[in-house]
Amino acid sequence: AWRAKKIQAILVFNNHGKPRLVRFYQRFPEEIQQQIVRETFHLVLKRDDNICNFLEGGSLIGGSDYKLIYRHYATLYFVFCVDSSESELGILDLIQVFVETLDKCFENVCELDLIFHMDKVHYILQEVVMGGMVLETNMNEIVAQIEAQNRLEKSEGGLSAAPARAVSAVKNINLPEMPRNINIGDLNIKVPNLSQFV
Amino acid sequence: MALKMVKGSIDRMFDKNLQDLVRGIRNHKEDEAKYISQCIDEIKQELKQDNIAVKANAVCKLTYLQMLGYDISWAAFNIIEVMSASKFTFKRIGYLAASQCFHEGTDVIMLTTNQIRKDLSSPSQYDTGVALTGLSCFVTPDLARDLANDIMTLMSHTKPYIRKKAVLIMYKVFLKYPESLRPAFPRLKEKLEDPDPGVQSAAVNVICELARRNPKNYLSLAPLFFKLMTSSTNNWVLIKIIKLFGALTPLEPRLGKKLIEPLTNLIHRVAHGPAPTGPRVPGRCGLLPGPITWALTQWSVSVLISLSSGMPNHSASIQLCVQKLRILIEDSDQNLKYLGLLAMSKILRTHPKSVQAHKDLVLQCLDDKDESIRLRALDLLYGMVSKKNLMEIVKKLMTHVDKAEGTTYRDELLTKIIDICSQSNYQHITNFEWYISILVELTRLEGTRHGHLIAAQMLDVAIRVKAIRRFAVAQMSALLDSAHLVASSPQRSGICEVLYAAAWICGEFSEHLQEPQQTLEAMLRPKVTTLPGHIQAVYVQNVVKLYAAILQQKEQAADTSAAQEVTQLLVERLPQFVQSADLEVQERASCILQLVKHVQKLQAKDVPVAEEVSALFAGELNPVAPKAQKKVPVPEGLDLDAWINEPLSDSESEDEKPKAMFQDEEQRHTKPRAPEADEQELARRREARRQEQANNPFYIKSSPSPQKRYQDAPGVEHIPVVQIDLSVPLKVPGMPLSDQYVKLEEERRHRQRLEKDKRKKKKRERERRGTRRHSSLHTESDEDIAPAQRVDIVTEEMPENALPSDEDDKDPNDPYRALDIDLDKPLADSEKLPVQKHRNAETSKSPEKEDVPLVEKKSKKPKKKEKKHKEKEREKKKKEVEKGEDLDFWLSTTPPAATPALEELEVNTTVTVLKEGQEEPRGEEQDAEEDREQDLEKKPSKHKKKKHKKDKEERPKDKRKSKKKVPPADEEAAEPVENGTLEEEPLPPMSSYILLAENSYIKMTYDVQGSLQKDSQVTVSVVLENQSDSFLKSMELNVLDSLNARLARPEGSSVHDGVPVPFQLPPGISNEAQFVFTIQSIVMAQKLKGTLSFIAKNDEGSTHEKLDFKLHFTCTSYLVTTPCYSDAFAKLLESGDLSMSSIKVDGISMSFHNLLAKICFHHRFSVVERVDSCASMYSRSIQGHHVCLLVKKGEKSVSVDGKCSDPTLLSNLLEEMKETLATC
Repeated sequence: AWRAKKIQAILVFNNHGKPRLVRFYQRFPEEIQQQIVRETFHLVLKRDDNICNFLEGGSLIGGSDYKLIYRHYATLYFVFCVDSSESELGILDLIQVFVETLDKCFENVCELDLIFHMDKVHYILQEVVMGGMVLETNMNEIVAQIEAQNRLEKSEGGLSAAPARAVSAVKNINLPEMPRNINIGDLNIKVPNLSQFV
Repeated sequence: MALKMVKGSIDRMFDKNLQDLVRGIRNHKEDEAKYISQCIDEIKQELKQDNIAVKANAVCKLTYLQMLGYDISWAAFNIIEVMSASKFTFKRIGYLAASQCFHEGTDVIMLTTNQIRKDLSSPSQYDTGVALTGLSCFVTPDLARDLANDIMTLMSHTKPYIRKKAVLIMYKVFLKYPESLRPAFPRLKEKLEDPDPGVQSAAVNVICELARRNPKNYLSLAPLFFKLMTSSTNNWVLIKIIKLFGALTPLEPRLGKKLIEPLTNLIHRVAHGPAPTGPRVPGRCGLLPGPITWALTQWSVSVLISLSSGMPNHSASIQLCVQKLRILIEDSDQNLKYLGLLAMSKILRTHPKSVQAHKDLVLQCLDDKDESIRLRALDLLYGMVSKKNLMEIVKKLMTHVDKAEGTTYRDELLTKIIDICSQSNYQHITNFEWYISILVELTRLEGTRHGHLIAAQMLDVAIRVKAIRRFAVAQMSALLDSAHLVASSPQRSGICEVLYAAAWICGEFSEHLQEPQQTLEAMLRPKVTTLPGHIQAVYVQNVVKLYAAILQQKEQAADTSAAQEVTQLLVERLPQFVQSADLEVQERASCILQLVKHVQKLQAKDVPVAEEVSALFAGELNPVAPKAQKKVPVPEGLDLDAWINEPLSDSESEDEKPKAMFQDEEQRHTKPRAPEADEQELARRREARRQEQANNPFYIKSSPSPQKRYQDAPGVEHIPVVQIDLSVPLKVPGMPLSDQYVKLEEERRHRQRLEKDKRKKKKRERERRGTRRHSSLHTESDEDIAPAQRVDIVTEEMPENALPSDEDDKDPNDPYRALDIDLDKPLADSEKLPVQKHRNAETSKSPEKEDVPLVEKKSKKPKKKEKKHKEKEREKKKKEVEKGEDLDFWLSTTPPAATPALEELEVNTTVTVLKEGQEEPRGEEQDAEEDREQDLEKKPSKHKKKKHKKDKEERPKDKRKSKKKVPPADEEAAEPVENGTLEEEPLPPMSSYILLAENSYIKMTYDVQGSLQKDSQVTVSVVLENQSDSFLKSMELNVLDSLNARLARPEGSSVHDGVPVPFQLPPGISNEAQFVFTIQSIVMAQKLKGTLSFIAKNDEGSTHEKLDFKLHFTCTSYLVTTPCYSDAFAKLLESGDLSMSSIKVDGISMSFHNLLAKICFHHRFSVVERVDSCASMYSRSIQGHHVCLLVKKGEKSVSVDGKCSDPTLLSNLLEEMKETLATC
C-alpha cells in the first residue's frame, strides 16, 4: 500500500503502554492499531531518557522510509511516526508545541486530563495536524482557535448539560479511589540542551 | 407526548457520558471486557433514540472505545447522523468519530457528500473547518471529485483559518483525484503569496510535497521560491523550500550556482553568530529557539549544498559544511549528533571524499550507547569504504558483531557488512579469500535471521569469482563437516541456510575438492534429515554431483572396488531421504536412488560409468541477472496474447480429457524402463540438446563478449590458478581467519608498494632513455591497490539486445505518477473541475467556469475546434518557450541585491558603496519578477521588449496583437470582418496607447490590460520616451492609491513608496515598463493621480525632475477580448439575467467594416455575427461580466444596444463607446 501521509500516526501512551490518544492517518484495522501501539511502546520503553529522540525500524508502520520521533514527559510518551520528508527537529518542536498547547488549554495538563477528555485532546490535535500534514505551528493561533470553538460549544449548551454533571457527582461518592493528580510538571525537562542557548 | 419527553430526559440523566465510561472502565479492571460489552449494549440503545444529544454522547463514547481497539464501524450510519446535526457541538463529535473510523471501504461514506458540501459552505467558519478536518482523514476518490470545486472555492475564503485548511486538504484531493491538479494549481500558486503566514506556509507545504515527487514540473516556480526563501522568517517554510531546492538543483545546475553563495553565507552566519537574529514573531511556536534554528538551518543547507552537485568549484563550501557537521556530531546532544550523521550521509552520496576524512568520527559513533546513532553511523560507513580501508572497517564491524546485544542490531550489522562488501559488484574487495573467511565467520552468529543473505553471498562469490572456487570449496566442505555446529540448536535455524550454499558449492565445483569422499560422507549423515526440506533437497542433488566426481576419479585410477564402495554408500544412505516428508526431497531421492542402483548393476558388469554419470552435470552454470527474463525483448511479429491453437469449446474438452489421460498412461507403460544408452547415444542427445537450446528463444545464451568467450572455452585450465598457501592461515590457532588475512594483506600491500617504487624508479630510468612503455599502467593514486588474486568477476548475464529501461524500478501503484502533470500547459476545456449544475450562475466569477459558451459550441463546429486546437498547440509552444526564457533569464542574472535576508549580515556594504552601478542589476531583478507575474498574460518576455525601436506607433500595435492571442480563437472570430470581401477599404492605423503626460524630458503613453485569470488586477504598460539630450535614470513611478485601485508595490514597501522603473533611458530612446494595479470594483471608470520622478543627467550635471500625470482607468480597460459563438450568445441573451441599455450616435461617415474594427480594437469586443449593416458583438470583463452588443448602422448614424450583467458597467461602457464613435 502506498503511503501518502507525511505524518503516519500520532500515539500518546503512558509508562505502562496504556493508550491515551491514538490517531492514525492511514487506515489500519483496530487490532493492528493496538499491535502497533504495543510494538511502539516496547521500542521506546527500552530506550534511556538521555539518548536521541529518533528511532528507526518500527516494523509495522512504513518500514525504512519512516521513523519514530518521540518525547517523554513524566508519565506520558508522545510518539509521532513520520516519513523521511519531514524535518526531525521540526517534528520534535511540533510535539513540544502540542504539549504546551495542551498545557495551556487544560491549565497544567496531567495524564488524567488526557484520560477523561480524549475528545478535547483530539480537537486540539486537529488544529495542529490535519490529515497527516502540519497545519499550524503558532501556539497562540492554535489556542485562539480552540478557545473560540469552546465558546461556540458553550453557547450551544455543551454536550453534557447540568443533570448529567449532577449524576456523575453522585456517582463519585462511591468511588473507592479517585486517581491522584499526576502533574507533568516542568515541560522543559527533556530539552535542557536545546534551550540553554536561548 | 409530554410524559415521553420527561421520561427521555430522566433516562438521559442516567446515561453515562464519556467521563463516566472512562471511570467505569477503570473501576472494572478485572472484568474490563465484560463491562465494555455492557456499555456497548447501552450505547446501542442510546443510538436508537431520537434525541440527537443522546446520539452524540453515544458516538463520543464509541470514539473512546475505538481507541481501546474496538471496531465501531457498525455505527457508521449513526455517526453520519451526528455529523449532520445542526449544532457545532454534535457535528464536531460526529466528524471526529468519522475521521477515526471511516476509510475508503466504508460503504455509507457516499452518503456524506451532500452533508459535507453543505458544511463546507456553512456561514460558520468552524462548521467549515470541522468538515475540512474530517474530510482530510477519510477523503475518497469519489469525494475528492465531487468536492474538489467546493474546496477550491474555499481557498479564497475570507477567513485565513479556512483558507489554510482548504489549501492543505487540496494535497489530499490531488492524490485521490489527480485531474484536479491542473485547474486548481493557479490558485494554489497564488496562495504562496497569501498575506496570512499560516496560509502561505500551507501552500508552501503542499507545493513542496508535490514538487518533491515530480520536481521537473515545478522548475518554473524556482524564482518565486527563491524570493520566498530570502524573505521568509518562518523556519517551517524555510526548511520546506530549502528541501525543495534540493530536489530542483539536480535538474537545473545553474540553480545550484545561484543558490550556493547565499547558502554558504547562511552557514557562515548561523555558525559564527551567537544565534540568528532578525525579525521574529513573539512566542516560540513555528519560530524555533536559536540553537534549533541553528541546527536546522545548518542541516538543511548542508543537504542542499550536497545535492547541488555537478559544480566542481564548490569543494570549499562542502568542506565547510562537513566541518560544521563534525561539530554537530561531536556535540553532547544526542539529537544533534543523530542529525549530523544523517546530513553527513546525504553529503556522502555526492562528495564521498570529503566525508571519508571523518572516518574516525563515524567509527567512534559505532560505540555509542544509542542504537539509532549506531545505525546512522553504519549507514555512513557503507559509503565510506574504499579498497584501502575496507578490511579495517569490516574488522571493526566484526568486533561489534561479537559485542552486540540484541538481535536487531546484530542483524543490522550483519546485513551492513554484506552490503558494504558486495556493493557495486565487489568493487572494494581486493582479497576474496578474506571475504569468504568473513562470511564463514558470520555463520557463527547465533540467532540471526539472515542466514539466507550469507548463503546468497557465498553462492554469488563462488559462481562469479572463478579464481576463488578452490578456496571456497575447501571452506564450504569444512563447513559441511561441522554442520552439526551450525545447525545444532533450534535458535540457530536461521543460519542453517548457509548449508544450502555450502552443499551446492561443494557439489557444483567438486573438481576442486581435496577430499571429496569425506565431504560426501558428511553430506549423508543421518543428522542431515533434521534440516529444512529445501536444504535437504539440495543436499540430495549435490550428493550425486560429488558422486560423479568421485567415480571419475576412481575410474581414472582404475580403482574399481573403491568406486563400488562409493556406490554402495549411496545405496545405503539415500533411503533416509526417500522417506522424507518433504515432497521435493522424496522425489529427488527416489530418482537418484534408482539411478545409483542402475549404476551399481553396470559396475557389477565392469562397465565404466563415470563418463555417463558426469554427463548429467556437464556444462557450466552462468549467473543470470535478476531482471534478465523481464528484459528479453519480444521478437517482432510475436503476439504473446494470440492463441497458439484455437481454444477448444468447453464441452469438447470435457469429452476429450479421460481419453487423453488414458493414452498418456499407455505410453508411459510402453516406455523403456531404463535407457541403456551407449556413449554415442548420449553424445547424440547432448548435441540435440545443444541444438535445441540454440534454437530456444527462452534459453539464455552466452553473449559474445570477449569475457564470455573466454569463459566458454572448454575446461577450467584457463582459470588463473592462484597459489594459495592454505597451510599458513589455517594452522594458526586462536585467531579469526579473517584477521590473519588482514595481516597478510598489509604485508602484501607493503611489498607491492616497494615493488611499485622500484618499478617507478626503473620507469623513470627508462623514460630517461626515451622508452615509455607501461606508463599508463601505473597511476599514483592510493586507490590503486592491485587485488591479491587476479580476479575475474563474471558479470551477470543479460539477454542480447535487452532493452535498457528503468521502468521496472517504478511502482505502478505510486499515486504520485498520476500527479506527474505539466503545469505550464494552458488548461483545456475538458479539464475543468466538475461543478454542480445549479451553481453555475452564482459562481460565475470564478475563472474556471468562464468559457461555458465555448464548450457548448465546440461540439457543433468540429472544424473550428480543430483549428482552435492547432492554435492552442501553437500557443502552448510559445508559452513553453517563454517559460523557458523566463527561467533562463532569471538564472542568467545574479543580482547582488536579490538576497535581502543575507544583506543584514553584510551590514549594508553593498548598498552604500555602489550607488551608481546599483540600478542596473536591481532593475533586472525587478524585471525578472515582473516577467514571472505576467506569465499568465503571455506577454513577450522583457528582454525582447528592451530592443530599441524607432517606430513607436507600430510597436504598440504589434504588442496589442500578441496580447490579443490570450483568447485562443480571437483572431478567428475577427476574421470574417477583416477578410470580408465586401469592403476593401484599408483599415486606418490604430494604437491603443494613449498619451499619459509629456514634458521637455519625457513622453509617457500607456495602455491598460486585464486578464481573465486575475479578476482584480490590471497591468498598465507605460512607454517612456526620452525626448531630451539628457540621460534619464532612477525613474520611479508613484500614484496616490484610491480605495478602489492600488498600485502593487514590491513586498515590504509602504503606500508612499514608488515603484522603480527597471531601466534607464539614454537620449532619444524609449522603453516600456509595466505596473500592476489591483482593482476592487470595475463597474466605474476612475482616475489616479501620479508622479514620475527621475534624474536627468547631462554634461552640466544632474537634476531631479518630475512629471505629474493622471492615469485613467476606463471601464473598457477592464474588458478582455473574448470570442463567443452565436448560439451561446443567443442563450446568454435569452437567459434574462442581463440588463439593457442603448445609445445612438449621429453623423457617422466611416464604413461599417471599419467601425466594427474600431470597436473591436478600442473597446475589446469581438464580432459574434454580422448580417449586412447589423452586428452582434461580445466581450467580457476581468470579473466575468458578460457584455453583449447589437450594433446597427443607419444612414449616417449608429445605434448600439447593450446587455450586461451589471447595469452600471454597461452604461459606463456605452458612454465611453459614444466618445469613440463620435470621432468616426
